[in-house]
Amino acid sequence: MKKTMYEKIWDSHLVHEPQASTPILYVDRHLMHEVTSPQAFEGLRIANRSVRNPHSILATMDHCVPTKAADRINLPDPIGKKQIEVMASNCEDNAINLYDMKSPNNGVIHIVVPEHGFVHPGMVVCCGDSHTATHGAFGALAFGIGTSEVEHIMATQTIQQQKSKTMLVEVTGSLKPFVTAKDIVLAIIGKIGTAGGTGHVIEFAGQAIRELSMEGRMTVCNMAIEGGARAGLIAPDQKTIDFLRGKEFAPKGEYWDQAVDYWNSLASDEGAQFDTVVTLDAADIAPQVTWGTSPEQVLAVNQSLPTPSTMEDSIKALAAKSALDYMGLEAGTKMTDVPVDVVFVGSCTNGRIEDFRALAHVSKGKKVANGVQAIAVPGSYPVKQMAEQEGLDKILTDAGWEWREPGCSMCLAMNGDYLKPGQRCASTSNRNFEGRQGKGGRTHLVSPAMAGAAAIAGKFVDLRDWD
Amino acid sequence: MQAYTKHSSIAAVMNRANVDTDQIIPKQFLKKVERTGFGAHLFHDWRFLEDGSDNPDFELNRPEFKGAKILIAGDNFGCGSSREHAPWSIADYGFNTIISTSYADIFFSNCFKNGMLPIRVDAPTLKALMDEVEASPGIEITIDLESQKITTPAGLSIDFEVDAFRKETLLQGLDDIAWTLTHEQKITDFETQNKKQLPWLWPSA
Ligand code: SF4
Repeated sequence: MKKTMYEKIWDSHLVHEPQASTPILYVDRHLMHEVTSPQAFEGLRIANRSVRNPHSILATMDHCVPTKAADRINLPDPIGKKQIEVMASNCEDNAINLYDMKSPNNGVIHIVVPEHGFVHPGMVVCCGDSHTATHGAFGALAFGIGTSEVEHIMATQTIQQQKSKTMLVEVTGSLKPFVTAKDIVLAIIGKIGTAGGTGHVIEFAGQAIRELSMEGRMTVCNMAIEGGARAGLIAPDQKTIDFLRGKEFAPKGEYWDQAVDYWNSLASDEGAQFDTVVTLDAADIAPQVTWGTSPEQVLAVNQSLPTPSTMEDSIKALAAKSALDYMGLEAGTKMTDVPVDVVFVGSCTNGRIEDFRALAHVSKGKKVANGVQAIAVPGSYPVKQMAEQEGLDKILTDAGWEWREPGCSMCLAMNGDYLKPGQRCASTSNRNFEGRQGKGGRTHLVSPAMAGAAAIAGKFVDLRDWD
Repeated sequence: MQAYTKHSSIAAVMNRANVDTDQIIPKQFLKKVERTGFGAHLFHDWRFLEDGSDNPDFELNRPEFKGAKILIAGDNFGCGSSREHAPWSIADYGFNTIISTSYADIFFSNCFKNGMLPIRVDAPTLKALMDEVEASPGIEITIDLESQKITTPAGLSIDFEVDAFRKETLLQGLDDIAWTLTHEQKITDFETQNKKQLPWLWPSA
């Protein structure tokens, strides 16, 4: 029988398929951060259970960590401090590899893990974080879980999981200039809606996906969850193999060739059936900006905000009206007339080296507009270091950007970086929900280059006719 | 975990679609290292006024809904983050049942793991339930998990679907880990095989 990549990974990880109950799936790699794990360790201790395979876990601290160097020494927030301390002692007690705040490897979990080659094609990977889908870029089945499941995996190395439906999203042709991976995924969400992928694992395919770098593929898979999907997947190819070669946790010596053969067997079989198929033409995708409080409320930057009273779908019209109210925007306004107060470039969606290169490229020799606060937060210390070696930090600070230490930062505003009520932010993160970046804050999701241009112009601009 | 069987409880209506996990439990409350006490902050930004007093316009603050165990909510409830604080907060507040047309996947499965029953009904049924509660707020609705039925004072009788395994664990109040570990030999066998097939995934002995 012809199988999709999802089905191949599923079948090879099925430990037990009991009748009339949830299948048990083996978990190869378990990623951890300080926010969703303490209660799981607490649960293990209460039940007197231990961690089955500590080597399968890689942990970091990212959600609560300050991005100002001085605050990392004297943590200003007592609760964040407690989470960080509890994480450190839990990892130590259980022999878990932790990249703590002082480690040169520290950073956002989904940035750090690929940097060390900890996830390989064909694996099942879980993390108590919904953007675990990022690792689907390597052809691994990677999905977010809750804290009870974190505990379950630590105790059993498995997860109880229902099989998902499969969706193929094919992006044909090549992207136009100034259009990036972020724009692809926002356009996909705009098309299928935030519930479009519910119950599915999405496989992204087509020429435009193949042409993306590994970083770009991670950006696309990262936001599969915003399209409602359990996970995103991209078939491994030569780029995947080249990316993993030589990394700390990549197979070594005689095992490398065996592993590559295995990885090459994972792609969906020609003619395999998907439950749902969606096709987009890359040439039709323009730089995207979200205008509302759900990622599906997205437009091409050269379009105008919708007018709820003329919308056919009454539920959508209601949602649009309340989103415009929250966002403080008038129906019909041109997107390029919307000003910004804050610009944030970072997060596990767009906090990789390629993202800062794109940002530096548009920022070079320019100045951030008066009154705009522009914050660049590298996804990890290795990203920060590489950017500094390339002189990107200099270009950015000369332009008026703040160049910070790594962390999740303003992606979810748990670490002291947040929007004030009413502030409008162009953000490269992944969620524009009400209050996501701070109570009353207004988020517009964009690519790093679009964010950079917005910082300079003080408003959204269409990169395609901007100089 | 407490066993979930059959109960009659006040049902509260929250007629809003796409209620996301950041609204269910705003993130300033997530930094705890314990599992309990989140109910006090459920829907914080909607529920309380700036000065910390109850917002009288917020649905769950209506006196008729006090002590509700059943939450009837709009479409796509619980979208957003996978953090389990959202179901913890809802359970800690006192709800054990949610009724909606649809849920975010992760939220849906997290409900069961916390002893809550999320029920899916179709849009007309949801509307009928909301209408009945709105017409006489404070009424008690009966949920019978064994026979998978919702019944209301006005005589609605609604059958619902529930995964057989989830049903069993709820009925018995069974912890997931204990259940999985009844199959531990299968896990060990899988690992033995995996070490042979993909040895590079394992630390060298
Ligand atoms: S950067 Fe944002 S989305 Fe990514 S792990 Fe951190 S908080 Fe989650």
